[in-house]
Amino acid sequence: MTKARAAKRMKGSFWERNKLSEGYLLKKTIYDFVYKIARAALLFGMCFLILQPILMKISVSFMEERDLYNPMVISIPEHFTTANYQLTAQFMSYGKSLVNTLIVSLTIALLQITVSTLVGYGFARFNFPLKKFWFACVILVIVIPPQTISTSLHLHFRYFDIFGIFKALTGEALNLRGSVLPYYLMSAGCMGLKSGLYIYMIRQFFRNIPKELEEAAYVDGCGTLKTFVRIMLPDAKPILTSCFLFSFVWQWTDNFYSKMFLGNISLLAKELAVVADRMDAWVVNTLKIPGGASVGYTNCIVSTGTLMVIVPLLILYLFAQKGFVESISSSGIKM
Amino acid sequence: MKKRKKYTGLERRKAISGYLFISPFIIGFLAFMVVPLFQSLYMSFCNVQVSPEGITNSYVGLSNYIQAFTVDTEFNRLLVEEISRMCINSVAIMVFSFFVALILNQKFKGRALVRAIFFLPVILSSGVILGVETDNALLASVQSMVEETTNVSSVSDTLQTILITSGIGARAFETVFDIVDGIYDVAIASGIQIIIFLSGLQTISDSMYEAASIEGCTAWESFWKITFPMVSPLFLVNWVYTIVDFCMRSDNELIEKISEQMIAYINYGFASAMSWVYFVVILSIIGITSLLISKGVYYYD
Repeated sequence: MTKARAAKRMKGSFWERNKLSEGYLLKKTIYDFVYKIARAALLFGMCFLILQPILMKISVSFMEERDLYNPMVISIPEHFTTANYQLTAQFMSYGKSLVNTLIVSLTIALLQITVSTLVGYGFARFNFPLKKFWFACVILVIVIPPQTISTSLHLHFRYFDIFGIFKALTGEALNLRGSVLPYYLMSAGCMGLKSGLYIYMIRQFFRNIPKELEEAAYVDGCGTLKTFVRIMLPDAKPILTSCFLFSFVWQWTDNFYSKMFLGNISLLAKELAVVADRMDAWVVNTLKIPGGASVGYTNCIVSTGTLMVIVPLLILYLFAQKGFVESISSSGIKM
Repeated sequence: MKKRKKYTGLERRKAISGYLFISPFIIGFLAFMVVPLFQSLYMSFCNVQVSPEGITNSYVGLSNYIQAFTVDTEFNRLLVEEISRMCINSVAIMVFSFFVALILNQKFKGRALVRAIFFLPVILSSGVILGVETDNALLASVQSMVEETTNVSSVSDTLQTILITSGIGARAFETVFDIVDGIYDVAIASGIQIIIFLSGLQTISDSMYEAASIEGCTAWESFWKITFPMVSPLFLVNWVYTIVDFCMRSDNELIEKISEQMIAYINYGFASAMSWVYFVVILSIIGITSLLISKGVYYYD
């Protein structure tokens, strides 16, 4: 009762209170208000900046060719069509690539995260000689651009041999180029796409688990492996999910490793890179237009292709947004 | 002998299981990193010939490097361009992501949505998609032609003209305006960095700010005395991450040139030499800058 009355009196006497604080209250209220407006405008602008290209792509992908050159048409297509999607799907052999990409991304991500978890756990919870040296190697793996070793990896797998075993058996080294095996081997050896980063993140997480938990498990008769599987892994679910999602997404759009190691399989990322050339060839050969495709229409097809590549990821992001963001902020990355 | 003694009994068993846990990394590191690294270093000094029987390396000394620096017409230009673009962009990314993280750390309506949008580029600008977007140089030229003919003058354009004609530090202004024009590039490259800064900002306890404000600190002062030192370790992490990320980007012209030399011309020696030059430059930049940054880093605990 008295509280409510006090509140009412406080509310009513804004100017009185302002007077009491010698104008400070008014100044502060105005300042806060202006700050909020400015912040909202800034944030809206930056969000728009990030979203605008996607929105533009969506609107362009539904346009017919004549709409692209029509200065009256800016974002809402006059002649609505889904023909662009059909064309692009044909250029990218979408169905097959989608299935391939899904399989490759899933398996690679699973493999990478499994191995990274083991290694990260080893670095976080055990003491062994040369630990600092090996961890420095992890940092080195993060820092070395894979392009540096790409030349020799290229040849390494062309004439693949483990200590000359294959040469002794069959008379010549194995040609692993064009098969998927090298990439899976590399991922299993923590040398895949950004593997070092995942090791680092997972190690950071395991380091924060209190030592008492581990010791209690040992006292109760859990072995090393059992402690890891029954005590540590259930705790690590969020960070593992987030690493898995990252690995999946980055693998999905990766072109560098795919071009180098997965040459024979049609993957979305690789198809997208050549969709403009396909388009050109198609226009010249099928439509018999000697000049090739026009710039605007090529761009339209490329936009459609990009959309078709990222739509599955967008759907994933919508559902698993928390998995991406929150576990990183909770793991507390520091050096 | 002394070292042996340190690891006895349970400790020894734990050391062994530790090695078992990290053994995939050790094997992978030796097989797919150390060996190729030295091989490519060796190849950069060789003339590599690929034939059906295998690879033949004939030692040619420094000639691959000499070719890269003196004969090749593009390499020097591309190297300088890429490195300077990297430095400028990385600084811009750091400033931008720190600024955004500061704003996103405040409480306001729709914060979750804004965070989700700012994090979107991590997905959308990765890998091939970035390359496809920047590939459209032709379209960009058409667009700029359209812009010129339509004669629209924006606020920033007018400001640019005024500042440049005033003649003070024209070069510096040009760099700044390049960054402002490329703000989209900066924004889409700073998703992870924002998250890392945010995580750092959230670990600072409120009581510290409270104490400071009771002692009479203004918000500006407590930013420099509390916020900045507390997140300074993350500057190091982010700086290294940004540079490494930049090297991996698919719109890197130098990398394109290297892989073209490798795949199209089968010129492995020359490609290795170029990638080693690039690698050494990048590594020394990372080394020197992180040494400088780590001098200013403040560790709370």
